[in-house]
Order: sequence, then structure tokens, then C-alpha cells
Amino acid sequence: MKEENREKGYDFHEASRTETMTINMGPSHPATHGTVKFFLTLDGETIEDIDVEIGYLHRAFEKECEAQKWNGVFPYTDRLDYTASVLNNVGYAMAAEKLIGIEVPERCQYLRTMISEMARMSGHYTNVGAGALELGALTAFIYFIEARELLWDLIESVCGARLTHNYVRIGGLTNDLPDGFRENVKRVFAKNRKLWDDFDIMLTKNRIFLDRMRDTGGISQKDAIAWGFTGPCLRATGVPYDVRRAQPYLVYDRMNFDIPVGTTGDNFDRYLVRMEEIKQSMSIVEQCLAQMPEGPINVDDARWRMPSKDDSSTRMEPLIFHFKQVIEGPSIPVGEAYQAVEGANGELGYYLVSNGGGKPWKCRVRPPSFALTSALPLLVKGSLLADLIPTFDMINLIGGECDR
Amino acid sequence: MGVDEMAHKERPTEEVTPGEIAALSDSVIITQLSRLVSWGRQYSFFLYPFITACCGMEFMSVAGPRYDIDRFGAALPRFSPRQADLMMVVGTISHKQAPILVKVYNQMAEPKWVFAYGSCTVSGGMYNNYATVQGIDTLVPVDVYVPGCPPRPEMVLDGLIMLQQKVAREPNINMTRGVSPLGEADDRKIIG
Amino acid sequence: MGAMEMNEEKRRGQGASDSEVLARTKAVLGPMGVMIHTHSQHGDDTLVAHAEDVLKVMEFLRDDKSLKFDMMMDLTVVDYLGAEEVHPYLKPMNARFEVVYHLYSVEKNHRIRVKVPLPEDSPYVDSVTGIWVGADWFEREAWDLYGVMFRGHPNLKRILLYEDFVGHPLRKDYGKMKRQPLIGPVN
Repeated sequence: MKEENREKGYDFHEASRTETMTINMGPSHPATHGTVKFFLTLDGETIEDIDVEIGYLHRAFEKECEAQKWNGVFPYTDRLDYTASVLNNVGYAMAAEKLIGIEVPERCQYLRTMISEMARMSGHYTNVGAGALELGALTAFIYFIEARELLWDLIESVCGARLTHNYVRIGGLTNDLPDGFRENVKRVFAKNRKLWDDFDIMLTKNRIFLDRMRDTGGISQKDAIAWGFTGPCLRATGVPYDVRRAQPYLVYDRMNFDIPVGTTGDNFDRYLVRMEEIKQSMSIVEQCLAQMPEGPINVDDARWRMPSKDDSSTRMEPLIFHFKQVIEGPSIPVGEAYQAVEGANGELGYYLVSNGGGKPWKCRVRPPSFALTSALPLLVKGSLLADLIPTFDMINLIGGECDR
Repeated sequence: MGVDEMAHKERPTEEVTPGEIAALSDSVIITQLSRLVSWGRQYSFFLYPFITACCGMEFMSVAGPRYDIDRFGAALPRFSPRQADLMMVVGTISHKQAPILVKVYNQMAEPKWVFAYGSCTVSGGMYNNYATVQGIDTLVPVDVYVPGCPPRPEMVLDGLIMLQQKVAREPNINMTRGVSPLGEADDRKIIG
Repeated sequence: MGAMEMNEEKRRGQGASDSEVLARTKAVLGPMGVMIHTHSQHGDDTLVAHAEDVLKVMEFLRDDKSLKFDMMMDLTVVDYLGAEEVHPYLKPMNARFEVVYHLYSVEKNHRIRVKVPLPEDSPYVDSVTGIWVGADWFEREAWDLYGVMFRGHPNLKRILLYEDFVGHPLRKDYGKMKRQPLIGPVN
């Protein structure tokens, strides 16, 4: 073999050429929150090409919703973005109320705003905490899990469940605030602010954290808009688009809050935007509690919102509508409507089509993380394999929402 | 001592045991050794958290500081199936994910146990449609079922304690699970 | 019922005056003959266009100075099998599917919905990935779940379901409980 090579003129460059390695970062992997498969083509540690495959958590949300009555869809919407469940509920309820053409009472709007912001805090705690965990900051993760537990205690006293809340109904809510809620909020938020400060001290100026998050996974404004980015990832690039400000819904136009906006669009900016949003959400909750009026929490029309037991046991019309709602579902008028709310990840849009029956004809969710994940190849091509981890974390793909 | 003796007597006879082991198996040394092995196994589970969906958030809480699973010895997750002995299937398994679940289960080394966490793994939960597996016991043998959507962390810890008691009762020798009853997961084709 | 009558009026009477978006769109696209119908039900501006003119309409919407729809928010398909009375133009066109695009302008902060009805035997429409890059995965999902083909899409294959899956499950004639498991006789 050596003689042959010497005769042919042994080409050193040809012989020492490297090849790329294809490796599968499979669906069951600790760093991929939930289930996503990456098919990576690596040149050493550099990612040359990446093929993202989703769909491992496809649970047929739309098909299930078409088989449920309008009010029975709420548990399915909970499990879309399961880190911040009430936001999904609120979006669906508002889209259905838009189709009907009713408006909920003021106290209900304040309550929905308040519980939405608490859900947003929970979602951000989960995301930033898990992001820290992936980069090795185990203590920081534990701090935010404790902050999240305290918050979930509060949410549990209102909604009855820690994680998948199922609190909102078409035309109102299930129940009002419990006694002693304001004192609990004061106590819990004091502890949460302390934990936030501890987390901030540990990570924001940490050399290792900065090295891994700064200048990784960046995207320009033009690209972000073309790919359909919304939410914290878009605001990190510098575009101040927030549905709560651009098309205010519920009582956000009466709240005094800032929209944190980044500059470079890399992972560190996304982290900073989310951290600041937690603080802004706390402030919104406190304002809601201060401004909330007394009054009913449900719309007084028995066609859309189940009547109280008193009414349905003593008067005829509520009894008839109660029966119709349980057997057939509320007959929402024919038409279509799109309602966007600001989810924890971005613009969560609900597009509902009704054919006049008691079940939705079409219940479409516009998932924010679907658009974010589709741009992942653009964000990581050319960077190291280790940069994939913080980028993928900060994009915050939630399997339930992306795959539905 | 009494529990262990009962377990040994109830061991099925089709398990191939040489005559000497059968004769010695009721002696004091072997039963104490067996108790020691069971004690070691039940109080030091190495989890493989096969996390897919919403139950994963509750799993984070269970592993968190308040409902600490470390108290029960099951703290350290091992993300390689070869090194893990308790596979916790956390979250809905869709049909696309099913071959991967079977493959991971087949790759686990003996002894191994499976913990079905959440309603979706127990029976498909509220998703009864074309895309969801109606309970993972159609794919792999399950030891503990913990229902709930998602189950409260106290329920998960209760399930873990039940599994620990089950491990204490099981015979240690000749207790191999092998691959899943569906065989290897490599030949996939549409059925039905 | 009060709410129902209000809806009919809104739909038939087209409300008081069109919003700026709809007025501009009608002024430019009307003479081109690409529009079938417009409405502003519940405050959402909607435009229904022919399948052949999709690219023309979308390019106009993205590039026009006063509209500037630079973000495609959502792309989905609705199957109207059995519910053609929801929209009056579906039956005359013998359309079963409707591809629905939701567009948003970050600069001008307005929205529009564009709908394209398609018949059952030829569910083809041009892909808009050349206009908005982000439409890539949305169109793959529409193909996967509904079977609508997008001409010119670089990589039109299944995204949410596995490759061996036969059929398009979100169509109304596909049963919810029909099983096609990859593994396991019991399933």
C-alpha cells in the first residue's frame, strides 16, 4: 500500500480531509424540554446543518376540540402552553366572547388580567430556571422552583389546581377570590422579590453565564419579523411589539407597566427581557388588586354562562338554557373570529369558526413557539454544539403548544 | 423475615433454579442477603425521567426543594438508560413517540422498573384519538400507576413508596424482565 | 336572538364604513378582479381571493406603502364539509377547503385575514414561502393535517405526524378514533 501511494503521489490534503458526522440528538433527551429531535451534521464541534423534527407530542388538540362543546374545550387549552395555563384559557374565552358579541363585567376583567399575569410569571420562572439548569446552575434552578411553588400556592387558592388551571369560562370565571388573598399576595411577592434578587446576583454578572449566553443564537430584526417571531424573542431584537400594548384587551390600557426591549437579539437579551417581565407582572398584579371593583364575575346571560343554582331551580328561562347548554352546548352564532392575547412565549392567537352549533367547527391556535422553532436552523448554523443548548432553552419551545 | 419467607415460597416453579439453590434458599444467610439486596435496590433508584409533556412541570416540583424526592433516595436522574433502573414515563406518549419509548425500555439494564406518571400514561388521559397511545402498558410492563392530571407531588411520592414496598417483596434472583413484549422496536410498520 | 341579528347585519350590511386597510385593498385589488368577497365581521378585516391570484395579492399586501404587512402570523385550513352555509360564496364555487392567512403589520399595527377557497378535487395553491420565510412550517402542517398542496414549497413533507401515516386526519371525514399505530397490536 505504501509503494502504491508513493507512486501515485500521496496527497496529504486529500488524506487528511475530515468528514462531517451526523448525529441524532434524539427525542428523549434531557436538554430538549419535552420532545424534539435534532438531526445534526457536525464538523468537529461546529454545527454545519441541523434538521429539527417536531410532532412527538401531537395529541390532536384541534380534532378533540371539534368533538367537545364550547365550554368543554377549556381543559384542552390548558395543556397547550402548560407552563402558563391561564393565558390559553383567557385567549379562548375572549375569542368565543368576540364571536358571540358579549363583554364580561369589570371585576371579571380585572381578575382575568391578574391571574394571566401570575401565569406569565410562572411560565417565565419555569423557562429561565430550566435554562439555568441546562447551563449547570443548579442552585439558581432550585431558587426559581421555590419561587414558582409559592406562586402556585396562591394560584391554587384561586383556581383549585397548581398547574392546569381551567379557571376561565365563556362569559366569566368559575369562582371569585378567596378570603385573605391580598395578604397572601403581599407575603408571597415579598419572598418572590427576594428570590429574584438572589437569582439575579448569581447569574446576571456571572462570567460563565455571560460567556455562554452573550452573542449566541442572535437574530436580526428583519429576519425575526420575516420568520414570524413574537413575544420575548422578538422584543429581545429591539422590536417593541406586545399585544397588551398594541391592541389592548381586558384592562391592560389602565395598567401602568413597561415593555422591556433588548438590543442584539441574542440569548442573554432574551434572558434579561424575561427577568424584567417577571417584575413588571408583579407590579401589574398589585395594581389590579388595588383597582379591582366589587361586582359580579359572570355575565348575566344564561345562554352563554351557566346560571347559578338558585336561578336554574326557580326560574324557567335559566332552567331551559341550563338544559340546552349541558345537552347541546351553547349555540354560538355563525361566524369566525380571531383574538390574540400575549402568551408567555408570544402572540397566542385563537381563530374560531362556528356553524351555529354547540360544538366548535374549527378551533385553531396560533402557537408562538412553532414559528420560533422553525427558525432554529438559522440561529445555530455555524456555531458550536454547546451553543445549541442555551439557544433552544431561550426559544422556549413548549411541546404541548408547538405540536398541539 | 416473615415477608421474605412468604415471597420465597410463592416464587413460581417454572423459574429454572438448580436443586442446590432451591434447597439453600430458605436458609438464614440467603434470606438476609436477599433482604440486603432489596434494601439497596429500593432506597437508591436511579431515575430515567422520560419527560414529554405537562407532567414534566410537576416532576420539576417533585425534584424541587419542597417535595423533595431525594429524601426517598431517588434523587439522581441518569440520562442514559444503561445506567438507570427506574424509568418514569412522564407525560403523554403519542404514536410517533411509542417506538422510542420501547427502544429506551429495551436498552435499560436489569433490574428495571417502570413508573407510569400521570393519566396520559396510565390510560391515555383525556386524549382518546388517533394520535395518543391509550396507556403505556400496551407497550411496556408497568409497575406503578400514578393517575392525576397532573398528579400532585404527594401522590407521586406515595407511588414511589408503593414501588419501594413492591421491590422489598420481590425475589431478587432470576428476576429479569427482558425486552418489552413487543420485541425490538426497529421494525415499524402501520398496524391496523 | 339579539346577538344573532346583530351578526347578520354586520355580515350583510358591511357595517358603517370600511376601515382604512379594507378601503385601500378594495381600491387597488378590486379592479384587478381577484377578490370574491370582503367583510369586517367582529372587527376583523377579511378578504377572500381566488386561488390563482394568491401570490399577486400577498405581494401587494406586503409591499404597499400604506399596508406593509411584513409578518405572516398564521396559516391554517378550514374544512367546510357539511357546513357550506357558514359563508355564502362557498357553494357557488363548490369549495370544500379554505386556506386562511392572518397577516400583521408591525410598523402600522393593523391586521388582515385573507381566505382562499379551494375545491375538494384540486386543493392546490401557490406557496408564499417566497414572500414570508416563516410560512414554511405552517404550510407543511396544512399539508400534513388537511392535504392541501402548496406549489413551490421547498420541502413539503409531514411535520406533526409520522411518515408512514396514511390520510389527513383533520379532515371532517377522518374519524377521530381511527387508529394507525406504529407499534403494538393492542393499540
